[in-house]
Amino acid sequence: MIYKTIAQLSADLHAKKISSVELTQFFIDRIKRLDGSLNSFITLSEEQALTAAKQADEHFAKNKAGVLTGIPIAQKDIFCTHGVKTSCGSKMLDNFISPYDATVVTRFKEAGTVMLGKTNMDEFAMGSSNETSYYGPVKNPWDLERVPGGSSGGSAAAVAAYLAPGATATDTGGSIRQPAGLCGISGLKPTYGRVSRYGMVAFASSLDQGGPMARTAEDLALMLNVMAGVDIKDSTSIDTPVPDYTATLNDSLQGLKIGLPKEFFNEGLDKDIAQIIQTAIKEYEKLGATIHEISLPNSALSIPAYYVIAPAECSSNLARFDGVRYGYRCADPKDLEDLYKRSRSEGFGSEVKRRIMIGTYALSAGYYDAYYLKAQKIRGLIRQDFIDAFKKVDLILSPTSPTTAFKLGEKTSDPISMYLSDMYTIAVNLAGLPGMSIPAGYANKLPVGLQLVGNLFEEAKLLNAAHRYQQVTDWHTHTPEGF
Amino acid sequence: MEWETVIGLEIHAQLLTKSKIFSGASTAFGAEPNTQACAIDLGFPGVLPVLNEAAAHMAIKFGLGVDAEISKKSVFARKNYFYPDLPKGYQISQFELPVVGKGHIDVQLEDGEIKRINITRAHLEEDAGKSLHEDFQGCTGVDLNRAGTPLLEIVSEPDMRSAKEAVAYLKAIHSMVRYLEICDGNMQEGSFRCDANVSVRPVGQEKLGTRAELKNINSFRYVERAINIEVERQIALIESGGTVAQETRLYDPNKNETRSMRSKEEANDYRYFPDPDLLPLVITEDMITRAKEDMPELPQQKRDRFMEQYSLSAYDANVLVSSRHMALYFETVVAESRAQPKLVANWVTGELLAALNKENKDISESPVSTTALAKLMERISDNTISGKLAKTIFESLWNQEGGVDEIIEQKGLKQVTDTGAIEAFIDKILADNPDHVAEYRSGKEKLFGFFVGQAMKASGGKMNPQQLNELLKKKLEA
Repeated sequence: MIYKTIAQLSADLHAKKISSVELTQFFIDRIKRLDGSLNSFITLSEEQALTAAKQADEHFAKNKAGVLTGIPIAQKDIFCTHGVKTSCGSKMLDNFISPYDATVVTRFKEAGTVMLGKTNMDEFAMGSSNETSYYGPVKNPWDLERVPGGSSGGSAAAVAAYLAPGATATDTGGSIRQPAGLCGISGLKPTYGRVSRYGMVAFASSLDQGGPMARTAEDLALMLNVMAGVDIKDSTSIDTPVPDYTATLNDSLQGLKIGLPKEFFNEGLDKDIAQIIQTAIKEYEKLGATIHEISLPNSALSIPAYYVIAPAECSSNLARFDGVRYGYRCADPKDLEDLYKRSRSEGFGSEVKRRIMIGTYALSAGYYDAYYLKAQKIRGLIRQDFIDAFKKVDLILSPTSPTTAFKLGEKTSDPISMYLSDMYTIAVNLAGLPGMSIPAGYANKLPVGLQLVGNLFEEAKLLNAAHRYQQVTDWHTHTPEGF
Repeated sequence: MEWETVIGLEIHAQLLTKSKIFSGASTAFGAEPNTQACAIDLGFPGVLPVLNEAAAHMAIKFGLGVDAEISKKSVFARKNYFYPDLPKGYQISQFELPVVGKGHIDVQLEDGEIKRINITRAHLEEDAGKSLHEDFQGCTGVDLNRAGTPLLEIVSEPDMRSAKEAVAYLKAIHSMVRYLEICDGNMQEGSFRCDANVSVRPVGQEKLGTRAELKNINSFRYVERAINIEVERQIALIESGGTVAQETRLYDPNKNETRSMRSKEEANDYRYFPDPDLLPLVITEDMITRAKEDMPELPQQKRDRFMEQYSLSAYDANVLVSSRHMALYFETVVAESRAQPKLVANWVTGELLAALNKENKDISESPVSTTALAKLMERISDNTISGKLAKTIFESLWNQEGGVDEIIEQKGLKQVTDTGAIEAFIDKILADNPDHVAEYRSGKEKLFGFFVGQAMKASGGKMNPQQLNELLKKKLEA
């Protein structure tokens, strides 16, 4: 079954072929009917969604509708939503209802979209399989025994199963691209600072970046048009002009220089995946691009550097969850220390606690220089690798992940092998660059993601390259059986 | 053995911004608990800090005021520790790269000597909330109104050698921040606070002794008493064979003692690291220019000018410039009255200040306006009233009994300056006391005072003393 994209739904709404209420009801029905097996939503906000859909239809009636007016989307449960539970996948925030909207949420509201609900995720976005969620793992719609990837596994599975035509997601070390890849959809992590982080529950502030997930690059462009732009509430958001990302989708790729990092095409890569990526490279050559081997010599250091910097920041960011003002509080605390210890021990899951411990250690007196500062220096080297690479090429192409979706429980007892599933995506966060994943085929009936990485603020170039590829392939149109 | 005291101060000055350092919530004091704290101050999930530029502007002004290096680029860092009144579990402060670097301030000591105290650094940070232990039985209340209020922490070198020097330095900084209008200096409300690092060493020894950090010394008096008592404690301890421990000690003003709060071993590891939510604070030339344009005449400059322009003593000038309001009051009275500046200075630093102190009032709340005092100075200068009676009139002014001329009229305090009238008084006194006149004329000149006293008494104190002296002398020596 081929479902409609956001662009097509928008056209139908504007042509009055369907109302937003009908469309919203369609997705709510699908979620109710199909999400039992997937567990991709934590909260379904049916009532609010239908209210928003009615308002959207009023806008259509008054001819005041915009491109995304009336389009239902899902929000990752990391974005604060006024009046709707924002759990971040944690017991710690199971009772938390935000008093304000994240900037991303506000912008989608202002654009007239309809929020269907909040999607499942790894607890505090820490995980690569969605198995650390307090609300249970999300299943991959292509194989219910397998993980959807993480941390934005709920958003990826929901889009793949067409429980929502698009969803927001966040990416700290690959949390948009990896699940997009494993679920066979398109996902974009923008340049650090392109999308406001205000209202996005922080994991690792210098790496976190919100972005869209959808079926096509064109839909990502439509969503990024809404999400991108400076926000006075986020000092790290960057004030550079936001282009219309749809305007350049069809630009020619003639002469586009694509780099292949030799470090990513070594013996560690699954042979079937390597084959699929080679086929995609040929498509790009047919589209006029030229292929060049490049080197990212320090890429092997990106995982160790990341697993110092991200936990260090997380150990501080998660200190606010102390049982005092909101969120989980242990029963009958004896004294202040007991309140802290038990609220945090009982409220956080084991992966979150592991990272808080690692980060606290890395920042401690006597270890700071050896770990945190050294990791920051490596970060500088990795950034420099990309600067050098982008002197030679326009885009960098690689697989998104070294494997396809793995089985539930396969890696939960081995955190290191779980961390390695992000080996192609993490360096991009450390360098602050935009990256995306688009579906490029199947290995053993499981989707394979193709990663494209661009220079700072070159999201338009990424979307252009992805869109042209999607004009000559149909992987993005597939929906898993049963959905 | 002779001991030398070494003191360094850490001062926290609450900056007078309208809103908090990283949020838009109001900084006004005294509101109902937790009514001036927004989601950012409460440390809600997902919120982010945005620097209030007014705080940076004020920090730059302070840097200029103490002749310090202003860092072109400074960095906000997170100081991590758990406490219920610290909503985020960390305080945003500055650690390795503060906004204000090395500077100094010249302090006048009691003996008139000027001593330069070096300032190590001053950095911006946010205040925490308040834990309220008293009002709740068996539990603690948390008021986060103060959370996120901007502070400038001013760290001195260990340059002070006595409690009095420490107080003089504290007063100089206190005066400076109020001149700059960056802090209201209210120690009772906690908007100007201080901790003291105190150690002792044998005179002549270069190496510093182990220091104790004194807390809860939030008045000039407590600073002096706490330091003195701590110095006594340390000396007694060492002389009896003990060693001073590096620790934080709390001053108890009721018992006038310091006691241990926590030792170095118990101290937190704050795990400082640069705050990834904030960009480095970049101070541009333009920002410095704007701060310079916003700089008032500073206390030292004003003191020098007062001594030169008004021929005042260093003492008078110092008292007058100790607050910007007092200096302004003085200059306004001088300008309005055409009286001798020295006369005005005497009245402002004397009668007026004494009355203000007595009622614990700031000069800005003085019931005697500059216009009223100027009028009084005029009436002294033009001999309408004597200096002595002027004090009575001042009291009436203080009690809001009317204008100067009105009071003079009502109370009949006008000075007798008519030569004929004065001569009439003198003639009567001389006639009533022929024996004394004879004694005087035979050389007992001390009796002159007796005649003055009698004449004054007869006139009800209203006679112009100078005229009286002249005329009396003439008559006695005639």
